[in-house]
Amino acid sequence: MIGESMYQELILEHYKHPQGRGLREPYDAEVHHVNPTCGDEITLRVKVGDAGKVLDVSYEGQGCSISQAAASVLHELATGSTVEETLAVIDEFTRLMQGRGQVEPDEEILGDAVAFAGVAKFPARVKCALLSWMAYKDAVVRSAA
Amino acid sequence: MTSASFDVEKIRKDFPVFSRELPDGRPLVYLDSGNSSQKPTQVIETMREHLALHYSNVGRAMHVLGAESTDAYEGARDKIAGFVKAPSRDEVVFTKNASEALNLVAYSFGNPANTDPRFTLGPGDEIVISEMEHHSNIVPWQLLVQRTGATLKWFGVTDDGRLDYTPDLITERTKIVSIAHQSNVLGTVNPVAEVARRAHEVGALVMLDASQSVPHHPVDVTELGADFVAFTGHKMVGPSGIGVLWGKAELLEAMPPFLGGGEMIEAVWMDHSTYAPVPHKFEAGTPPIVEAIGLGAAVDYLTEIGMDAIEEHERTLTAYALEALSAVPTLRVIGPETLEGRGGTVSFTLEGIHPHDVGQILDDQFGVAVRVGHHCARPLHLRFGIPATTRASFYLYNTTSEIDALVRGLHHVQKVFA
Repeated sequence: MIGESMYQELILEHYKHPQGRGLREPYDAEVHHVNPTCGDEITLRVKVGDAGKVLDVSYEGQGCSISQAAASVLHELATGSTVEETLAVIDEFTRLMQGRGQVEPDEEILGDAVAFAGVAKFPARVKCALLSWMAYKDAVVRSAA
Repeated sequence: MTSASFDVEKIRKDFPVFSRELPDGRPLVYLDSGNSSQKPTQVIETMREHLALHYSNVGRAMHVLGAESTDAYEGARDKIAGFVKAPSRDEVVFTKNASEALNLVAYSFGNPANTDPRFTLGPGDEIVISEMEHHSNIVPWQLLVQRTGATLKWFGVTDDGRLDYTPDLITERTKIVSIAHQSNVLGTVNPVAEVARRAHEVGALVMLDASQSVPHHPVDVTELGADFVAFTGHKMVGPSGIGVLWGKAELLEAMPPFLGGGEMIEAVWMDHSTYAPVPHKFEAGTPPIVEAIGLGAAVDYLTEIGMDAIEEHERTLTAYALEALSAVPTLRVIGPETLEGRGGTVSFTLEGIHPHDVGQILDDQFGVAVRVGHHCARPLHLRFGIPATTRASFYLYNTTSEIDALVRGLHHVQKVFA
């Protein structure tokens, strides 16, 4: 019953009570990403302030509990950090997600995002977890342009 | 009631997959035949034996194996022609799937190589489809519209998942009407003979995507009233990689080749070619030989059990499922809630729970295989204002106790997300 481990309480909590949901002003860049295989989509905005500090990550989207909870966790982790710090978290999160369940997650770096470790065992769902994080990465690049 | 001679337990023994367990000892509950069906020993063994003992290329090899392979391949064509009551075996074209069959027909319209007035297409001409189509009966027509400047129109779908059939949508400008015989999401069986009558009144041709009907109902292509019918092997206990286009002989003869290559020619010069008679004109290159032979074995298998009996069994399952699912809180069936004019495909939503989560828990904890997503019918889901559905689809080997397992699973899903 590996699925039980995928639906961690923290994921279900974020799904039922998403943090920071809704698109807000002001923002530097807005991106729209979709997962064509399952139809999940997200529109995401970032506002970066002085010294690369992330002032806001706002988003709107639809999809499964994994994709929606991942966006909510991302909002919490990114807001208030620097772009550089968040990119390091994304690298670690991507490494975990693409590790087919064989990668030991670095909880120090990941924080709450470690709850998604179980998703890595389901290749079909990895894209759900990564959707908003890849959208964020894209938005950050565009905001710097 | 399912007839006394229909023995589902005996049928299940024909399918090796039902003797396996999933990881952690879960039994397999396969409710995804609308996606692709499982295969009986009869099909697997026929293919294995052909590969082992009779395999060679077809049509062009002048030796014993070539003759045996050709006989088996062409024999499969005979079987399939008989299965859908085609007036002639030459009207059965092997394709790789139903999508290729639909693309083949779409390619014949507005094609400078085709001067037959029934196939000319340009600005002002119209193509009619419906909002419940699978992408494979939408995109080829969109591509055709892009090539020719013709107009794409479509029937809507009613709130209870029926074709919103308005005869006036088909006009003197309509060149072809192409709709599903049975919806792969709603389960709705469309009034295709009526639509075909109207289309023929105005001189339009009619194509049916019968991928979801030929595996589940007795089908007589002449009775359907269509000019072209597409279906696919893997949904009817046959292998993947083989599909069928049935078309009226005189239309197939009027159409240009789709793919050029070996075996589709009569003679070739450096600057032009003449083509083989139908159906071979449409079968360029070495075809999926063993797959076609496997499909022949599949229709033998289905015929022996009897398509009437299979249809009746699925009707019993569908009635049982509609009743059982109606007891699941917040479950909404997307499609007809009565047995009238529907087949054994039931799609639904659960409030506040995404279908991917439903499918994951059903699979992972109950071994229940369903399909989740938009099932290659995104416009239909947009019409209902939902991104996705969970779909259970039944076949000859399913049982009411498997539907019970589905319902138990759904109750558990609701507990996880409560």
